[in-house]
Amino acid sequence: MASEVASSSPNQEALREALSGANLQRSRRVRNGAASVAMVVAFLMAAIPLAIMGASVVSKGIGVVLTADWWTKPIPADVGRADLAGNEDLGNLGFGDAADTTDKSVDLGMQPAIVGTLLTVLGASALAIPIGVLGAVYLNEYGRQNRPARFIRFMTDVMVGVPSVVMGVFIYSIWVVARGTDGKSAFAAALALACLMLPIVVRSTEEMLRLVPNSLREASAALGTRRVGTTLRVVLPAALPGITSGALLAVARAAGETAPVVFTIGIVFSTNLSFTGQNTTLSAQIYSQIQNGGSLATSLAWGSAVTLVAMVISLTLAARAISRRLVNK
Amino acid sequence: MSITLPTDVAESDPKSPMTDLSSPGRGARSDQGFKVLAVAAGATVLLVLLLIAIVTVQRAWPAFSELGGKYFFGTEWIPSEGKYGIVPLVFGTVVVSLIAIAVSVPMSIGIALFVTELAHRRIRGAVVTVIDLLAAVPSVVFGLWGFYQLLPRFQSFFTTISDAVSGIPVVSTIFGPSTGSAYMSAALILALMITPITTAVAREVFTTVPENDKAGALALGATRWEMIRGVVFPHSTGGLTGAVMLGLGRAMGETVAVALLIGARPNITANLFAVGETMPAQIFRNLSEADDLFRAALIGLGVCLFVITIVINVSARRLVAAIDKRTKGL
Repeated sequence: MASEVASSSPNQEALREALSGANLQRSRRVRNGAASVAMVVAFLMAAIPLAIMGASVVSKGIGVVLTADWWTKPIPADVGRADLAGNEDLGNLGFGDAADTTDKSVDLGMQPAIVGTLLTVLGASALAIPIGVLGAVYLNEYGRQNRPARFIRFMTDVMVGVPSVVMGVFIYSIWVVARGTDGKSAFAAALALACLMLPIVVRSTEEMLRLVPNSLREASAALGTRRVGTTLRVVLPAALPGITSGALLAVARAAGETAPVVFTIGIVFSTNLSFTGQNTTLSAQIYSQIQNGGSLATSLAWGSAVTLVAMVISLTLAARAISRRLVNK
Repeated sequence: MSITLPTDVAESDPKSPMTDLSSPGRGARSDQGFKVLAVAAGATVLLVLLLIAIVTVQRAWPAFSELGGKYFFGTEWIPSEGKYGIVPLVFGTVVVSLIAIAVSVPMSIGIALFVTELAHRRIRGAVVTVIDLLAAVPSVVFGLWGFYQLLPRFQSFFTTISDAVSGIPVVSTIFGPSTGSAYMSAALILALMITPITTAVAREVFTTVPENDKAGALALGATRWEMIRGVVFPHSTGGLTGAVMLGLGRAMGETVAVALLIGARPNITANLFAVGETMPAQIFRNLSEADDLFRAALIGLGVCLFVITIVINVSARRLVAAIDKRTKGL
């Protein structure tokens, strides 16, 4: 017995050596290493541009954002022309230094766009979130796996893939064309963004409703509660954190959209608190200030970008925090 | 005394004598009302899609009927001369999206493998955060950064390449002279923008690979890369095709960033470093001020985009669903 154990020990050593990878054919080892390096490189190819972009947005935009003017003053209407008159070379734009915008003759304000962004996003959320949540209630509580529910689920997935510019074209066609420039308003833009948000809200909410254990529904029904009561007082509250998190992500997505907003909202330079009448958003301002060109307009664009990114990222982080707390519970 | 059920309940609904949920009354009416509301909300999705199709086609109809074949097959898009042939715009959209996909997909697969197979759990969290942030950045911010920071660098970079290959026949056509704004510039920024989407799908696909198969390959002495090639990839081909198509659908619809980097000239050319234009970018630039036939032609572009992305998405979903069924049903 003892001798047998002793004789197997060299074998074990050989086995251990074989498993350690030291004896691997060189080409196999090299290929394995190269693949691992490639994976890390792939990640860096995404992470490094993101870091550079983040750094330049913050460094070029933070200056104007940290002034009181930015939050309280109207948008200077003729920055483009004022700047071009000052011999700003258009070809120089790429390196136009956003820091040298200390021309204090113009107040660099962005209040109208900040208000407009909040207004449109609020309007879109008020339209899309209740309908989306109710739609998800239909899919998960009533329709389940029947034919219409499966069809709606499929079409919702398809609708998620419809480009945002098409939503803009749709609202432009159905709302703005008939009304002319009067049709352009925060409400029209909110309609376009609501179309964009609706399928996202439906799918994320349904996902969350599916996680609510059936025993809760059964317990509620056993107490004599109807479907409405069970849904409103048991199922939805149980899924609320998840629904909120999904809705916040949809809101963040809508806040950053430009394409469907630009031709449905028009343009203003002073704050408009109403859903009617033309308005503007941060994303639309970034685009139109790039079109204006010149260093003043450029710093307005970078400042709007910082404001917008801060809004979107805090919504995203809030959504993540909520869903993480959900997982920990 | 024995417990007796109220007789009226038992009689009114013999199937469920314990509860009185289906008898008419305020509760039952609100129950029904809520159901109707939920069904209506669910149907809203269908209604909106239907309305998009009807209304946009209706508004685009003048362009479709007046121009007919000249619209769909015309190779010149010159609004000032009344020429609305969408081929150059379709060409631009397809070229930009395909380059973007070609760059983004290997990158996404790499990142997804890094997350699922290679990275330590703590690093994994950081990687996922970075990708989430990349997904959160609005498209117009990519455009702003690309316009001011990348275009000048792209110009010198493209010029270097184009000079280097100037003697070689085909290559010198593909990598020709450049002014910075180009198909390639738009495609590269687009690649970065769609990476989070394709990465997310690829990750999902890779996590469905059975642990047993992977462990088996490793136990047979395969290196990690051999295990990935022999087990993970064969198991994922269908799902990855779906990821590619979803990314493609997304890339074709991207508007602002492309509009800022591509240069705004409809242009059928083999030179990837040349100025071009895509369908969404053209709509975006002009729809606000367009009138009559031009407006109809632009809305028509929206219709085409709608149809193309729906076809891509439906086939991608079908594909993924079919694969799903196969892998789950074994």
